[in-house]
Amino acid sequence: MTDLAPPSERPRRLALPRPLILGGTILLLSIAVATFPTVFAPYEPDAFDYNALLQGPSMAHPMGTDNFGRDVLSRVIHAYTIDMQIAIFATIFPFFFGTIIGALVGYAGGIAETLFGRVVDAVITFPFLVLVIAIVSVLGPGLVNMYIAIGVVGWVFYARITAAEIKVQKRLDYADAGRAMGYTHMRIIFRHLLPNAITPAVVYWMTDMALAILLGSSLGYLGLGAQPPAAEWGVQIADGKNFMATAWWISVFPGVAIVLTGLGFSLTGDGLAELLRTKR
Amino acid sequence: MTQDVLITAEDIGKHFPLPQGVVSRLSGRPAPAVHALNGVSFQLRRGETLGVVGESGCGKSTLARCLVRLHECDEGRILFEDQDISALSGTARRAFNRRVQMIFQDPFGSLNPRMKVRSILSEALSVHKMRPAADIPARIAELLDLVRLNPDAADRYPHEFSGGQRQRIGIARALAVEPEVLVADELVSALDVSVQAQVVNLLLDLQDKLHLTVVFVAHDLRLVRHISHRVAVMYLGKVVEIGPTEDLFSAPRHPYTKALLDAAPELDPTRRSRTVAARGELPSPINLPQGCLFHTRCPHALDRCRTERPALTPRSPDHEAACHLTEFGNPETTT
Repeated sequence: MTDLAPPSERPRRLALPRPLILGGTILLLSIAVATFPTVFAPYEPDAFDYNALLQGPSMAHPMGTDNFGRDVLSRVIHAYTIDMQIAIFATIFPFFFGTIIGALVGYAGGIAETLFGRVVDAVITFPFLVLVIAIVSVLGPGLVNMYIAIGVVGWVFYARITAAEIKVQKRLDYADAGRAMGYTHMRIIFRHLLPNAITPAVVYWMTDMALAILLGSSLGYLGLGAQPPAAEWGVQIADGKNFMATAWWISVFPGVAIVLTGLGFSLTGDGLAELLRTKR
Repeated sequence: MTQDVLITAEDIGKHFPLPQGVVSRLSGRPAPAVHALNGVSFQLRRGETLGVVGESGCGKSTLARCLVRLHECDEGRILFEDQDISALSGTARRAFNRRVQMIFQDPFGSLNPRMKVRSILSEALSVHKMRPAADIPARIAELLDLVRLNPDAADRYPHEFSGGQRQRIGIARALAVEPEVLVADELVSALDVSVQAQVVNLLLDLQDKLHLTVVFVAHDLRLVRHISHRVAVMYLGKVVEIGPTEDLFSAPRHPYTKALLDAAPELDPTRRSRTVAARGELPSPINLPQGCLFHTRCPHALDRCRTERPALTPRSPDHEAACHLTEFGNPETTT
């Protein structure tokens, strides 16, 4: 006699993938910092202190001060607010609309798919950054225009991923079963196919948020995104570029913040991929 | 014996066009296509089980899909109670979908992996307004009981079930809308033999209980013999013989049917036949043979067979075959 319970009676534990736990922790902390920066920051982000210019990391200023005597740590913390916003707002609309368009195009096939393929080709022929810079320079610098620029280009990637996945799913028998049941196309696409096709888009979304932060910082660095004196990592790195040899901390710590947040998104993406994997 | 006819297939054809290069398109040659169905005609009678057999690639599955309008026919028409099904739209189309349901071959692909059994069934019930919302849970329990699954199956996902259980869930889904016709496409061919019997017997019981009309598409001759009232034999997208099961199995009128039956493995070594009933390979459905589709492999082919395609003609009561040879009897009764 064994005391092993049959599998169905064993208590089911929801085991979260380890990358998801790690990445999720980083992201939750980031969101907390982004939401309540004043709780974490020891100083005001743009308080000048002419008695403490270009000081290295110390107990008073753990990440040093910049050429205006501003506390780098406080600026990095306040930058979370802007950079997490960029991560979310620059990607959520492309994710939403790209996925819907991709689902419709993938399901319809035929001419719609051919035309869509041309649009995709046209967009991805341009280097992403160059295209975004071009759009921003037409619209004018600033965060909202940056979201628009990234959104106009970014939906294509989500649409392409989703369309490919929907094309696979629509050939499976459960899609035919829905048609044989007389379900509407919209019901089949959004209730049956999309939940089975969306995982790659969700995973890409996580990566894309990391990329958006990178892109946002790049534009900030180039003066096309967040405008100084706003605390934003790209802007901070640009602020420190003239002092790289003597005061590396001005640029390096915002860089570390970018890497850490990006890591958080990537790990979360990996974890979600594992968690959402379709069981057959 | 005349029973009322539920579905009539009139000379239906289905072609799947192949991708074509620019040059051949400009040259005006006819577009190449896979000729999956080439003039299929039969009648489905209320309450019967019609077995459809044939080699792989003979168009059995395409036929099944045309019957439930997953494919539209390119030629001919399918009448359901004297209504051309390709003309149905809107409410009428949905009513047709409800009355003619399909069960699929692949137990792993035919259920949405992200939906619990409960949602799969309740969706069918609510979309077709089979029951008021309050009665749906009771009906789901009833349906699961009907296909001999535990009521707690409702709260599980498809991946938690075995192949046989999944096929029964597929049956329950089809039955949820209380259809009159069930089209079963290779219902059990993906299952272990021991489970096959379970599922097939369940289907027979359900047919009895619910007065279903069943189209049973399969390549397993013994299975088809076990459950069908009548059998249609398909070859290269055409019904070459159709008749009552026992009559067809004991006295096949078409050389292809005979070849198919001879090819089935025989347990008793003394009864094994060594004659080669059909030679060569199945011709490509892209370039169909002229004349009788079977003449390239038929041991009895005449000159006439190479030029003229035979039609289904009655041979004995209720038994039709499409062959020039046996038009005046059945000359080849030798084994």
